Amino acid sequence: MKKFETLTAVAAPLPLINVDTDMIIPARFLKTIKRTGLGKSLFYTLRYDEDGREREDFVLNKPAYKDAEILVTGSNFGCGSSREHAPWALDDFGIRCVIAPDFADIFYSNSFKNGILLIKLPQEDVDKLIEGAERGANATVTVDLENQEIKGPDGGVMSFDLDPFKKYCLLNGLDDIGLSLEKEDQILAFEEKHRAAQPWSY
Amino acid sequence: MSRLTTLYDKIWDAHLVDEREDGTCLLYIDRHLIHEVTSPQAFEGLLNAGRKVRRPDLTLAVADHNVPTSDRSNGVDDDESRIQIETLDKNCADFGVELYGMDDIRQGICHVIGPEQGFTLPGTTMVCGDSHTATHGAFGCLAFGIGTSEVEHTLATQTMVQTKAKNMRVTVDGDLPLGVTAKDMVLAIIGAIGTAGGTGSVVEFAGAAIRNLSMEGRMTVCNMTIEGGARAGIVAPDETTFEYLKGRPKSPKGAAWESAVAYWKTLKTDDGASFDQEIALNASEIVPQVTWGTSPEDVLPITDVVPNPADESDPSRRTKMERSLTYMGLKPGTPLTDIKIDRMFIGSCTNSRIEDMRAAAEVARGRKVADHVDAMVVPGSGLVKEQAEQEGLDQIFIDAGFDWREPGCSMCLAMNADKLMPGERSASTSNRNFEGRQGPGGRTHLVSPAMAAAAAIAGHLTDIRELEAE
Ligand code: SF4
Repeated sequence: MKKFETLTAVAAPLPLINVDTDMIIPARFLKTIKRTGLGKSLFYTLRYDEDGREREDFVLNKPAYKDAEILVTGSNFGCGSSREHAPWALDDFGIRCVIAPDFADIFYSNSFKNGILLIKLPQEDVDKLIEGAERGANATVTVDLENQEIKGPDGGVMSFDLDPFKKYCLLNGLDDIGLSLEKEDQILAFEEKHRAAQPWSY
Repeated sequence: MSRLTTLYDKIWDAHLVDEREDGTCLLYIDRHLIHEVTSPQAFEGLLNAGRKVRRPDLTLAVADHNVPTSDRSNGVDDDESRIQIETLDKNCADFGVELYGMDDIRQGICHVIGPEQGFTLPGTTMVCGDSHTATHGAFGCLAFGIGTSEVEHTLATQTMVQTKAKNMRVTVDGDLPLGVTAKDMVLAIIGAIGTAGGTGSVVEFAGAAIRNLSMEGRMTVCNMTIEGGARAGIVAPDETTFEYLKGRPKSPKGAAWESAVAYWKTLKTDDGASFDQEIALNASEIVPQVTWGTSPEDVLPITDVVPNPADESDPSRRTKMERSLTYMGLKPGTPLTDIKIDRMFIGSCTNSRIEDMRAAAEVARGRKVADHVDAMVVPGSGLVKEQAEQEGLDQIFIDAGFDWREPGCSMCLAMNADKLMPGERSASTSNRNFEGRQGPGGRTHLVSPAMAAAAAIAGHLTDIRELEAE
């Protein structure tokens, strides 16, 4: 997994609530057996018209935001399906950090497993960042994971909360399979006890 | 005195392998269902790291999302879909995982076949790379929808990394009126709590109206827990549960069955245990529900009219409403029963079980689908299809002008050929009315199976209670 330490990048505003995973990546693009290559289909319906041409008014199509690596958006982002293709598409496009008042649970955990940092901020801070992000490419935002701070385009600093384990994995680029396998002895011991207590589930 | 605990607490505690100081836990997983769309990258990850499937015996695979629901004798036309299905076949063979292939009578939607085979059991933990895994909660099984990295994690370790969720309880008392079903109940619940109302929680469904539901009904309710944002939904097991499971191919047998039932009977929330959030609804007040917008929370009684964004005070909600109405091509104030439909879809892991087939067939019997409507019925599994055919339901549907198809996810997510054309409007028994969910530009109204069949016959959304009164 990619490490996440600090990121200074253009932030794109997407002031919509309940952006679901079908909006992030429609089902017809899930027929892949790879993790890569989904960036071109990210936000497909918002981004392209019926003939497949880019919609000029969609934020990520505007020249100032083409290289955005941060997305600032509305509450309940990522609701809907468990498809990890949603964070894969964001990552493949180049988005490394999403900031919103809150996120849907499965999307939240999927994103961290792909090195994408999701930050929950109070609505008024999100509104401030959206306002800042609307200034275009000169509105860069710095995210410092170690210190759990965001520096907005106006120089103002906001701090954010994060689960320490998620932070640790992200800072060190650790995938948790390796970490869990270190607990093999505990898993084996559990299995033995569990099998004795509930033999029918084996 | 020991701590008073909820059903969720009990199952959680019984599966805890390890807990870190910060609260991150390692939870043992008893059952893992996999399908073709969210597993290929997980197997690839195992292969690249030289890892094995730790417990192939606790893993069951089926192809459902992509499979054609028309004649399958010539295989799968679409190249990408075929590759995904073949990849699942190969991975299962290489890693020793049991698979119900496309020609197997047991093939069907993963959340239909798990319970059908007795793979889903009370008091167990289950995961599947699909958000509707919550369905299995109907059995008192703690079931989570997960992403592909977690699928890989489960394959490799038979555990899952999680923090404990909050406890939420939704109590539904009273009796459901005639014509009102489990689907209407869960839509009404989502309408009440919103699509993020359950975020961070595991929801226990309780109350007389839940107890009175069949297993099929409970599955419908738990299935849509994710549409309320919750991590899982759960119902305490009881005689209805045991009755359903007894004799299923993978259910425990003989003495094991007896001791399992004795344990399962202990699985309930202690009287007086506290919940972080409680919601109560009265079933007798629920009216058949229908969605008007592009989120499952955009739901109203069929007797209502399309809402007006001008009446919404919250600006971001107003913007979302305006966007939804434009997408749906609807005008505020239009009676919901005036909305004409082009298509009808009965199917999906929400409503494709035998009881759903019976409810829809009851409405279809002796009637005809409106001329301008194209209606398809997709049973949830080969076994549901077989049973429906034994009961003659297929013939009722065919005589009434419905298309009777092969099992799979079908138009629930439009990954195969079954999809809406841009602008087409459908009454659907599935679970998501998101923009483009049933095909780019397609417009979805979520309803119960009986309401869907009634809409197909009337040609527009309609109140099943009026049709039944005829
Ligand atoms: S029927 Fe729909 S919701 Fe259910 S598993 Fe299939 S695609 Fe997912």
